[in-house]
Amino acid sequence: MKNVLGDKKSILILVGPALLVYTLVMLVPVIWSLGYTVFEGNAIVGFTFVGLDNFATMIGDTRVHDALWFTIRYAFVITIGQVLFGYALSLLYVFVLRRSSSIVRTLVFFPVVLPTVAVALMFQKMFEVAPQNGLVNELLNVVGIPSVDWFGSAGSAFLVIAVMDIWRSMGFYGVLLYAGLVDIPEETLESARLDGASGLKLVRHIVIPLSLPVLLSSIIFSINGTLKVFDSVLALTNGGPGTTTSPLTLYMFQTSFTYGEYGYGSTIALLLTILCLVVTVFIFRSSRRDLTKG
Amino acid sequence: MTTRHSRRRTLALVAGVGSAALLLSGCAGGGGGGGSSSPDEFSLLTNSENAELPAIFTALSEDACATENEALPFTSDSVPQTNLDQRLQLLAGQNALPVVYSAGNAPALTKTLDDSGNVLDFESTLTELDAIENIEPAAISTIEALYGGFKVLPFEYNIEGIWYNKTIFADNGVEVPETWDDLVAAAGTFDDAGVTPFSASGEQGWPITRLLGNYIFRTLGPDALQKVTDGDAKLTDPEYVEAAQAVADLGAEGYFGQGVGSIDYDTATNQFLNGSAAMFYMGSWALSDFNDAERNQVGLDNIGFMPFPNVEGGEGDSSQIAANVGLPATFNAKTYDSKVGDWLSCIADNYGSEALTSQGRVSGFKVNTPVDDLPALTQEVQERIATTEQAVLWFEALFSTKATTTSQTNAAQLVTGDITAEEFMELVQNDL
Repeated sequence: MKNVLGDKKSILILVGPALLVYTLVMLVPVIWSLGYTVFEGNAIVGFTFVGLDNFATMIGDTRVHDALWFTIRYAFVITIGQVLFGYALSLLYVFVLRRSSSIVRTLVFFPVVLPTVAVALMFQKMFEVAPQNGLVNELLNVVGIPSVDWFGSAGSAFLVIAVMDIWRSMGFYGVLLYAGLVDIPEETLESARLDGASGLKLVRHIVIPLSLPVLLSSIIFSINGTLKVFDSVLALTNGGPGTTTSPLTLYMFQTSFTYGEYGYGSTIALLLTILCLVVTVFIFRSSRRDLTKG
Repeated sequence: MTTRHSRRRTLALVAGVGSAALLLSGCAGGGGGGGSSSPDEFSLLTNSENAELPAIFTALSEDACATENEALPFTSDSVPQTNLDQRLQLLAGQNALPVVYSAGNAPALTKTLDDSGNVLDFESTLTELDAIENIEPAAISTIEALYGGFKVLPFEYNIEGIWYNKTIFADNGVEVPETWDDLVAAAGTFDDAGVTPFSASGEQGWPITRLLGNYIFRTLGPDALQKVTDGDAKLTDPEYVEAAQAVADLGAEGYFGQGVGSIDYDTATNQFLNGSAAMFYMGSWALSDFNDAERNQVGLDNIGFMPFPNVEGGEGDSSQIAANVGLPATFNAKTYDSKVGDWLSCIADNYGSEALTSQGRVSGFKVNTPVDDLPALTQEVQERIATTEQAVLWFEALFSTKATTTSQTNAAQLVTGDITAEEFMELVQNDL
């Protein structure tokens, strides 16, 4: 085996096909898109070189500012929600339900495998106000609160998106973090208990530090996923009302494919890429410090 | 020697991989170009809200155009109207547009497609086919005003206005409004009586901006929006903002009912047809829904039509009815050949009669086979079209795709009060 992997040719043969496919479907379009940032036009009318005009436009474009702010708000709220609820679920699996947690895990994980559009349609119906009240408004009416037009204002539409996306993905983070928690040696927990740690104290001083690597992976995973949110927002609110729930991805998509401005769309895509990169690097850097020794 | 040999082998491998990549990308390009050659199907792509065009084409393919259908079989596909522009741009970029396709939401997109050779010139093609006399001259002139040439076919020719429920009007003692003030007063009466005054789809947005456009035409005259396009006026000018404010005021009073932003096209139509709304601004394309006895619970005789009313002291008047060719369809110039030409001739000959017979649709095609027993409302529309001397367009007709999208996606917010009239007009003006 060592001989095989020591030979550069065999490495090339083993890696080559996958690398070729990766290059064709990932790297080439990425570099292509990067090239588009200095052009204007689309596939129908052709392209003209505009230098850094797209970047100048982007700096002054209020829609980009709004979309960027929405993206950051969304990523922040959803990441906290997903990881927090996921962590709470994993603690529930490990410390409360223990061996009988499998059925609950399966049920909570179920929304993860449902198609986003189906989930979005379900939430649309649940929060509907016209032509007839959905489940949520009916419940509000029962307790004497008048119906709310959930998708009619930016704040309430954001709330519905947040509830849907957290509900949809917390099961996934629950399982991910559960895998990290079951790795904590029982002896360590036992000795902590003998030393008098229990409940929150045990979680704060033993469980969290020991599950930190997987917690961190979850945060990076979640924040990168949420910064690139597209399908759930598109299916649930289509960026509305107006453009108040439009993330960068949706604005990029509309700019490129509805307005036919491929160059400007690519410039927005570049902004998103840089944002993801900065956030990831920031989280990696801040995690270098070993909290267990702090 | 061995190193040199292996380096050469590595080089050869890299070259092999490179040429494979080139070959693959070459294949991709070639595949896309396939759309430009002679088609093997008479393919149609429409917005899914338009169920009529595929239905009429199917009827033609089974009867009047059966021979053409045998030579080039008819197939159809659809895409939601909100996604139509994206689909058209992607397909055009790949040279894969179908033979017939719904033109984009904004005429600007059709012009772009035309500039890149994707749109057939009907003036020369129909003249060549000796079929140009099958198209109504009024329809051709509307198309030319919108598209800068005869670039789309008038599969529908519509007038727009406010359809009203006669019973609701009579029950509440309301006369057909002559002025905007009367209209607002009528809406107030219906609202007090617990009837939704206007049924409108905020999800689509355009049924709301149509009111805005008409208000502008009534106050500032038929060339008001042309001035905006030419840069002689701005939507943020006070006289334009006044129109947005008038529509926003209707929303502020709750005259569009609850959750207007979530109401889609079909729901809005149903609200009017099940009698829960008193008025419905729409084009005469809605006649096919009105003529559908299963859907129309209020009865065909119970529906009346009024043009958008006058605004007191305004330069325009209600005889200038909004007219359009709907969301028309056009032919792909790149797939045009003699078989497609046969289909086009057959459509030009028979579409007018077939559309009127099977769907009650008034189109811009001449009715070559007389149709009897037309519903009274359809006849009224036909008469109005015939007697209209000056037609006006709609709010976004001359705007770019971006401004059109901005206008339509923010319309619901205008009437729910989430943005002010000034903000709305500024958003649209910025994207012009």
